Amino acid sequence: MFHIVVCGGIVPDPLQTLEPVKGPAGWGLKNELMLPSILDPWASHALYEAAHLAKAVPGSKVWLVSLGPKAKLQQVMMTVAQKAPFELVVADGPAGGFVDSFEVAEALFAAISGIAGLDASKLLLFGGWQSASRGSGSTLQILGEKLGITDQFQGVDKLTVGADGSLEVMERIEGGAYQISTCTGAPAALGWATGELPEPPNNPQVGMANMRLVMPALQKAKPAAVNAAAIDYQSVTLPAQKRETRVVKDTPVDVIAQEIIDWLAS
Amino acid sequence: METLRTLPGDDVRQIMWRYADRFDLQMAVQSARGVARGVVARMVADGVRHSHEWTEQKDSLLKAFDEAGITAVFLDPHQGGFIEGPKNMALSLVAFELSWVDAGAATCSLANNLALSPIHERGTTEQRDHYMTLCAPSPDRAPWRGAFALTEPIPYVGVDTGVLTGKVRIDSWEEGQEPILHVEKRGRFITGMDFANYATAAVDTADPRIKSSCIIILEETDPGLFDRGAPTLKMVHQLSSTRDPVFNLKVPASRIIGGYTVKDGCIVPNYSHSEVIAAVFHRTRVPVALMTTAKLLSAIEPVIRYQRTRFRGGDACGEGSPKYDLGLQQKQDAVIRLADVWAAGEAGASLGFATARLFDQLDPTEKAKDAALAKAGVVGVRGQMVALKKVQPQAIEYVNLLFVPEAERDAARFTALDADPVVKFQALEAEAGVLCPACKLWNTGHGATVMREAVALMGGYGITEDCPGFLFHKWNDTQLEATYEGPECVQRRQLGITMASEIFQAYVVNYIAEMDRVAATHLETGAGSVAAGLRLWKQTFDFLCANKDADGKKLYHSNRQAVTFPLADALCPLLASRLFILDVLELAAKGPENPMVAEGLEGYMAFFNDIARMQAARAAGEAARLCSGLVHGYATPDADVAAFGPLRQALDTSLAGLGLARERAGAALTQVMIPEALDYPM
Ligand SMILES: Cc1cc2nc3c(=O)[nH]c(=O)nc-3n(C[C@H](O)[C@H](O)[C@H](O)COP(=O)(O)OP(=O)(O)OC[C@H]3O[C@@H](n4cnc5c(N)ncnc54)[C@H](O)[C@@H]3O)c2cc1C
Repeated sequence: MFHIVVCGGIVPDPLQTLEPVKGPAGWGLKNELMLPSILDPWASHALYEAAHLAKAVPGSKVWLVSLGPKAKLQQVMMTVAQKAPFELVVADGPAGGFVDSFEVAEALFAAISGIAGLDASKLLLFGGWQSASRGSGSTLQILGEKLGITDQFQGVDKLTVGADGSLEVMERIEGGAYQISTCTGAPAALGWATGELPEPPNNPQVGMANMRLVMPALQKAKPAAVNAAAIDYQSVTLPAQKRETRVVKDTPVDVIAQEIIDWLAS
Repeated sequence: METLRTLPGDDVRQIMWRYADRFDLQMAVQSARGVARGVVARMVADGVRHSHEWTEQKDSLLKAFDEAGITAVFLDPHQGGFIEGPKNMALSLVAFELSWVDAGAATCSLANNLALSPIHERGTTEQRDHYMTLCAPSPDRAPWRGAFALTEPIPYVGVDTGVLTGKVRIDSWEEGQEPILHVEKRGRFITGMDFANYATAAVDTADPRIKSSCIIILEETDPGLFDRGAPTLKMVHQLSSTRDPVFNLKVPASRIIGGYTVKDGCIVPNYSHSEVIAAVFHRTRVPVALMTTAKLLSAIEPVIRYQRTRFRGGDACGEGSPKYDLGLQQKQDAVIRLADVWAAGEAGASLGFATARLFDQLDPTEKAKDAALAKAGVVGVRGQMVALKKVQPQAIEYVNLLFVPEAERDAARFTALDADPVVKFQALEAEAGVLCPACKLWNTGHGATVMREAVALMGGYGITEDCPGFLFHKWNDTQLEATYEGPECVQRRQLGITMASEIFQAYVVNYIAEMDRVAATHLETGAGSVAAGLRLWKQTFDFLCANKDADGKKLYHSNRQAVTFPLADALCPLLASRLFILDVLELAAKGPENPMVAEGLEGYMAFFNDIARMQAARAAGEAARLCSGLVHGYATPDADVAAFGPLRQALDTSLAGLGLARERAGAALTQVMIPEALDYPM
C-alpha cells in the first residue's frame, strides 16, 4: 500500500501568447492572471500514473499538492478533478515560472508536512521531472531531500511494483536510452517524464466525487510563505528561436520528421 | 483608458451566465469542451462531414460522449447521471460547447435526450426510470440510444403537427391482460435513426377503442418491422445521423407515454401527442438556440487572427510596421463588423442561458403546481386552465414584486405568493412561454445572418474547407438549427399567442421600468435604447389590440400573421439586449470578488458596455422599423397615432454616444490579446 503525494503546479495554457513582462511584483507574463491555466503537463503525467498505481495497489491513496493562486486552482480543478480520484492539498501562493524552486520546495514541504495520516514510510513522492513554466528540474529533488527521501529518480517513464513492494524504475537518460533501477520500496521520489498512460477522459462523476474534498481544501488553503525576492532576474527574454506557430494539414509523419532533421542540421 | 486585454475566459462566463457556484455545470463544460476540441474537431478536420452515411468513425463519437459523461448529463444521479435537479442549463452549456466546434456533434448528443424527453416530461415513473436507466452509460453494457419520431413524409406532419398519418390500433386485448397495440409510423428526417434502440413516435388513433393520439415507445426488438430507412441527404450537421424510418410493430399498451386508463372498454391515453410535444419542445428548443450563438462567439478568435496576420510573410510589408502588426485591423469597418458579430453572439448567449435558467426554476415549480392542484382535486387540462386563470391577478402581483428590489418590497406578501406554486408557475410560465420561442427564433434566424457576416470577414478563405474555425460549415449548419424542432414560423406563431398574455404584458411594463432605472445609472450599457424600444413595442401592441383595419377586421389576431409575426420579430432582439445588459451588470457586480476577473475587469466592462450599447441600438432600431410599419401601415385615417411620434423620437435620441462606442469596440479588437493558435485542429 502506498501513500502517493503528487506535486503539481499550474501553468498558462501553452497555446496562449506568453510574453514576459516586469511588473511591480517582479517578473511575470503579460496578463498572466487572466490567461487560462492547466495543470503542468509533466505533473499531469505523474498524477495519471499515481491514480493508476493507487488503483492497482489496494489501500493506496493519492494526494495532489499544489502551490498556486487558489482561485486559479479552483478553475483548473474543474478539469483535473475529473481525471482521477485524489485529495487536494493547496498552498495559496504564486504559481508563475519566476519563483525560485527552493522557495517552492519549502512551501510544498510545509503543505505535505501538514497532511494528516500521511505515513512517511509508505510515501511515494511524485511530480514532474521539470515544469512547463520554470523547467529548472530541481524542485522535486530539493523537496525529496527535505523530506529525507534519498531514493530519487528523474525522467521516469515507467514504474513497476514487485510483489514484495519493491520498485523497478525506468528513467530517461541521454541519447534516447533508458536506465532501469530497482529499490526496495517506499519512500522514494519520482520525477515523471511522460509516463506511459494516455490522458484519461474527463469523467464528471469522478469530478463531483473529488469536489467534495477539493472545495474544503481550497477554502482552508493557507497562504504559502514564498519569498519572491529570493531570486532576482537580471533580464528575461523569450528563447532566441522565434516562436512561429504554423498549422499544416495532412502532412505525413515522415515529412514532419524530415523537416525537424533539416532544421537541426541547419 | 483600459481596454479589453484578453478574450473572456471561463471565470467571466461563469459570472455572466450565473453558474460560478455550480461545479457540476463547470465540469460538464470542461468535459464537453474536451470532446469538442479533441475528437470532434479532428473528425471535421479529417473531412468526416463529407458523407451522408453513418460511418464507423462517426459512431466513435457516441463512445466519446459516453466516456466524457456527456450522455449522462440528462440523467438523474439514481439513473446514472451526476447532476441533481433540473438540467436545462447543463444541457444548454453542453450544446454550446459542442457547437463551438461542430453543431452536428451537438445534435448527435442532444437527439438522444430529445428521444427521452417525452418520457422524461410526461412518462410514468416506471417508464422514466426504466428508459433513463437503460440510457445511462455503464462499464458493462452499451447504453441505449433513441430517436424522436414526429415528422412524417409529405404531405403529413411538418410544421403542422396535427396531420398525423402514423396510426395506432388495438391488435389484441385478452380479458385481464395488457392490450397489444399495432403501430404503423413512417418518419422523415429522424435524427439518431442509425443506432437508435428505441423511438418515441407520435401516432394518431385509428381505432374507436383508443380515445386519442399519443406518443408511444417502439423498441428495435419488438415483433414486426423496425426499418431504419434511407439516410437523409442533408448538407449540414453531418456528424449526426438522420434517416427516414418505417415502423410497423406490435407493442404492449404500457408503452403509451404517460400511461392510460381504461374507460368503457376504451383505452384513454393520459396525454395526447400534442400535449407531450408541447412539454418537450418547450425545453429542448433552448439548447438549439444556443448552438448558433456558440458559433458566432467561436468565430471571433479566428477572424481576429486572420485579420492580424493577413499581410505577414513575404515582402508585403516590413516586420514591425502597422500593416504587419495589425493587418486588416487597420481598417475600421473590418473590426467594427466583427464587434457586431460579437455583440449578437453575446446577446444570444444571454437570452439563451437566461431562458435555460428560467426553465431550471420552472421545472420544480411545475411539479409542485401539479401536486398542489391534484391535492385540491383539480383534474385534466381544462380544469388546470381554469384553476390557473383564477390566480392570474396574484400572478401579476407576483411579477410586479419580482421587479421590486428586495429591500423595498413587501417581504411577507412576496414570500406568500412565492410559496404558492400555482401562482409562481403561472408567472414563470408566462415568461418562459415567450423566452423559449424568442431564443429559438432570434438566436438561430438572426444568428444565421450574422454568421454570414463572420464568414465574409474571412474573405475567400471563409468559403473554403481550410477556413480556421470551420466557419463555412458553421454558417450552413445554422439553417438547420433555424429549422428543426420547429422552423421560425412555429416560434413566431407561438409568440403571437404567449406575448399577448396579460401576465407577459406585466413583465414588459416591468422590463421598461427596469431598463429606465439601469439607464439612469449605467447609460453606457444602452439600457436607454432598450427601454425606448420596449416602450414603442408596448404602445404598438396596445394599439394593434385596440384598433381595427379599414375593413373593420381585428388587427391583433393569432391568425393574422402579417401583424403578429413582425411584432414577434421586433420583441426578440429587445429581450436579448435586456438580458445581455443584465449579464454585463452582473459582471460589474461580481467581478471584483474573483481576483482573475478583477485583474481585467475595467477592460471587460469598457468593451462589454460598448457592444451592449451597439446591440441595444440595433434592437431598438429594428423594433422602430417594424413597429412603425405596423402602426402606420395599418392605421386608419381617424386612428389616434399621436403617441408614436414622441416615442420614436425618444428612441432615436437614445442612440446618443453610439458612434463612439462602435469605434471604441472596434479599436478594442485591435488590442486584445489572443492565443497563438486555435485550440482545435482545422
Ligand atoms: C436534419 C434534420 C433533422 C431532423 N430531425 C428530426 C427528428 O429527429 N425528429 C422529428 O420528428 N423531426 C425532425 N426533423 C424535422 C423538422 O423538425 C421539420 O423539418 C420541421 O419541423 C419543419 O417541417 P417541414 O420540413 O415539413 O416544413 P413545412 O411544414 O413544409 O414548412 C415549410 C415552411 O413553410 C412555412 N410554413 C409552414 N407552415 C406554416 C404556418 N402554419 N404558418 C406560417 N408559415 C408556415 C414556413 O416558412 C416553413 O418553414 C429534422 C429535420 C432535419 C432537416
